[in-house]
Amino acid sequence: MSVETATDGDRFEAALENLEVPVTATDPATFDSTLESIVDQPVVGTPLPFERVSLPDWVDDEPTPATLETAATGVTAASFAIADYGSVVLPSTPEGAEQVSLFCDLHVPVVRASDIVPDMPSAIERLGPMLRDGASAIIATGPSATADMGALVKGAHGPKDVHVVVLEDDEALERDETGEHDE
Amino acid sequence: MSKTDRETKADHIRHLLETEGPAVEANTMGFNQGRYDSVADLEDYEELKDEARTIKEGAIERLPELIDAVTETVEENGGTVYLAEDAADANRYIREVASENDAERLVKSKSMTSEELEVNEALEREGVDVVETDLGEWVLQVADEAPSHIVAPAIHKSREEIARLFNSQFDPGEPLETAEELTMFARERLGEQIAEADIGMTGANFITADSGSLMLVTSEGNARKTAVVPDTHIAVAGVEKIVPTVEDLAPFIELIGRSGTGQDITSYVSLLTPPVDSPIVDPDDPETPFADREDDREFHLVLIDNGRMTMREDDQLRETLYCIRCSACANTCANFQSVGGHAFGGETYTGGIATGWEAGVHGYDSAAEFNDLCTGCSRCVEACPVKIDIPWINTVVRDRLNRGGEASRFDFLYDELVPDEEATGAIDRQKRLFGNYETLAKLGSATAPVSNLIGGLGPVRSLAERFVGIDSRRPLPTFQRETLVDWFDARGPNVAAADADREVVLYPDTYTNYVDVDRGKAAVRVLEALSVHVQIPSVPGSGRAPLSQGMIDTADAKASRVYAALAEHIDAGRDIVVIEPSDLAMFRNEYEKLLPERSFERLRNSSYEVLEYVYGCLENGADPAALRTDGPPIAYHAHCQQRTLGLDRYTRAVFDDLGYDVLESDVECCGMAGSFGYKSQYYELSMDVGDRLAEQFSTSEARDRLVVASGTSCGDQLEDLLAREASHPVEALDPNSPLAR
Repeated sequence: MSVETATDGDRFEAALENLEVPVTATDPATFDSTLESIVDQPVVGTPLPFERVSLPDWVDDEPTPATLETAATGVTAASFAIADYGSVVLPSTPEGAEQVSLFCDLHVPVVRASDIVPDMPSAIERLGPMLRDGASAIIATGPSATADMGALVKGAHGPKDVHVVVLEDDEALERDETGEHDE
Repeated sequence: MSKTDRETKADHIRHLLETEGPAVEANTMGFNQGRYDSVADLEDYEELKDEARTIKEGAIERLPELIDAVTETVEENGGTVYLAEDAADANRYIREVASENDAERLVKSKSMTSEELEVNEALEREGVDVVETDLGEWVLQVADEAPSHIVAPAIHKSREEIARLFNSQFDPGEPLETAEELTMFARERLGEQIAEADIGMTGANFITADSGSLMLVTSEGNARKTAVVPDTHIAVAGVEKIVPTVEDLAPFIELIGRSGTGQDITSYVSLLTPPVDSPIVDPDDPETPFADREDDREFHLVLIDNGRMTMREDDQLRETLYCIRCSACANTCANFQSVGGHAFGGETYTGGIATGWEAGVHGYDSAAEFNDLCTGCSRCVEACPVKIDIPWINTVVRDRLNRGGEASRFDFLYDELVPDEEATGAIDRQKRLFGNYETLAKLGSATAPVSNLIGGLGPVRSLAERFVGIDSRRPLPTFQRETLVDWFDARGPNVAAADADREVVLYPDTYTNYVDVDRGKAAVRVLEALSVHVQIPSVPGSGRAPLSQGMIDTADAKASRVYAALAEHIDAGRDIVVIEPSDLAMFRNEYEKLLPERSFERLRNSSYEVLEYVYGCLENGADPAALRTDGPPIAYHAHCQQRTLGLDRYTRAVFDDLGYDVLESDVECCGMAGSFGYKSQYYELSMDVGDRLAEQFSTSEARDRLVVASGTSCGDQLEDLLAREASHPVEALDPNSPLAR
């Protein structure tokens, strides 16, 4: 299968594999159990803006500075993902998504399969109106890293590990059946 | 530069070669290789660079309007914009913000602009505790040292050194040893400092006028924390960082990490539109959920002029403002790879483009400290994501420094020996000597072999070292009594114009004409073997030598004379074939700045590197069997400027087509770079750079091969380093080659 015919989802997964970032696909029905198999407890999160999916009740979804400090995992929604780079785009929200995605040793971004865009120009197309509307976002690619201490170390100030969850929503499933994908 | 100054400079460089050199070399070469690998994955790399360049050109053109636009946008968003005239003005404003907030601690993410301001010192004088949170910057803050690299500030320090530093400064329970331990120690300590900070200060890689957003390119996550944890955010940025729209960021996001450290993209590209929606992290209120907070964030954008608007008006320095500070020009630079920014840098900035920055923001004295370390090899030009002609900026600054220099009372003696076009007698003697190499070569050839004998005498060498700084450890070229032009005049062409497939003017560059006449003869025989009619008229030097010393007027006059001597040949349909790549690079590149556009284009379109020409002949049906095809295996080093022009591939292709076994070097430059390796203050640096090449040609696979180099300097340097004969590719292909099989 050539690169041209691979879907954005396939290419996103391949890019993450290159980055050695694990990725798990799930759907609304199995989301809770999938998440449970990925996270380290305790877990904080910010509400997911997706229909039919919300954080399980064992996730503290009203984090405070104190719970953030002790949490091992942070779960947040990604606005979208960029297939070419294996990047997730993380919004800054009043609920503290920026902090939850940054302070814990493990960050689990949740992205809808239909929100995977192919490349950087498509990403910027989405970001332009968002930023002009006053929003902020982080294009995050893999864990925090530094080579300043003489060798590459993961987890410099941010997460040591990232585990991406791709949520196959109905729209995406429908698209798969008809063989279409985002261009 | 006096003898003492040269010795001081040599001592400083020697010290850095011994202490910081190994770490700088390993890191910069790693980044540089990463860049090659990473940009190779970009299908539209050249288009992205063009796009990036166009955006920067447009933004700097419209800069006053963009400053107004971004001010309006940021203020609408609820922030404050302060346009600071200079560093003192910026620091005064920042101190006021700190004082209004009763700030005791300010945490910073990495920002070269803040280094330019020396804002840490300004705040510390007011009793504000300033903490660098980028791990590399923090190491330097603890060690009280300056960055040696604009992106990776502590690359000159090894892990062992950092461990020693931390263990002695902080006395941790268990001594720290591994990179992991050092990083986790720093993370924890800095995390506490960030939590208790009153103000966070960041720089900005880009600012968008339409949304008032900052783009920050980082990997550690400290900039993210710095911007969101405290309730007050100050961003400092040069005015040149503004681009019109968010959409303009696209090519830069793809290019900046690849060009700098060789990462396709860094871990975090923050696109913040402050004041941001994220709640603050308040250690005094740990129990209130983030979602329930009502924060009133404060944001100050401090835009810095500090000489930039004047640079914008300067036709030569303006390009510097397109720089996105990716560090590609430092990483790709052979001299930088050896010494790093503590030699190759001024008050703040380091690497090739630093000359423009330092001249613009700190003044020419700061640029003068390191400007000579740019040899004009041009390897940075193709690495630069915004296509800045960095060697030209270095040449212009050198020219301006020459004009600002002080005249020596001995210079009237010197005028006779080195007549040039430069207006004042203030130029450094060493520069004038090398800038007038053509005059010297003419004289040396006319008086050979006496000139060579005198030049080889110990007392003469020591005088030359003392008076002009020609290092006595470096063998001098041997001038030939019979020049290439004289030889050809006497011999005449062996292929008549009437019988020829093509007609060529072989350009008698200064070195080939007076010193390495043999390679000129070999070029004639190779061309004639391919049924080419050859002429060698007397044509002046290209001006490469004076240009390399910053003597632009002299180079300009030579360009006009070269064009005058060749124009009629071009009109007659003859091709101009050049042996020396640095002279061809003049015709193809620098002459654009020295000749009228049409003259430049005519010469450029008619001139060829000799192996490029041979390749063309063979592609057009010339008989390869007419060339030598049974030569020995080859170790080939292409010339730096030849590679930048993309011409090395022709030499490779010709050798391949003729069945040669070729091993090629992959270093950026041989280190000799014309006169650079002769200068006593740079001799050891030149040899250190050359060692990387020598190593590649001394392996068991390479050591018995015929050494072949396209450039004069490269050949000289290889002969000095390897004590083996170095030949030009045409000498290897010469059907009458005297070289062993």
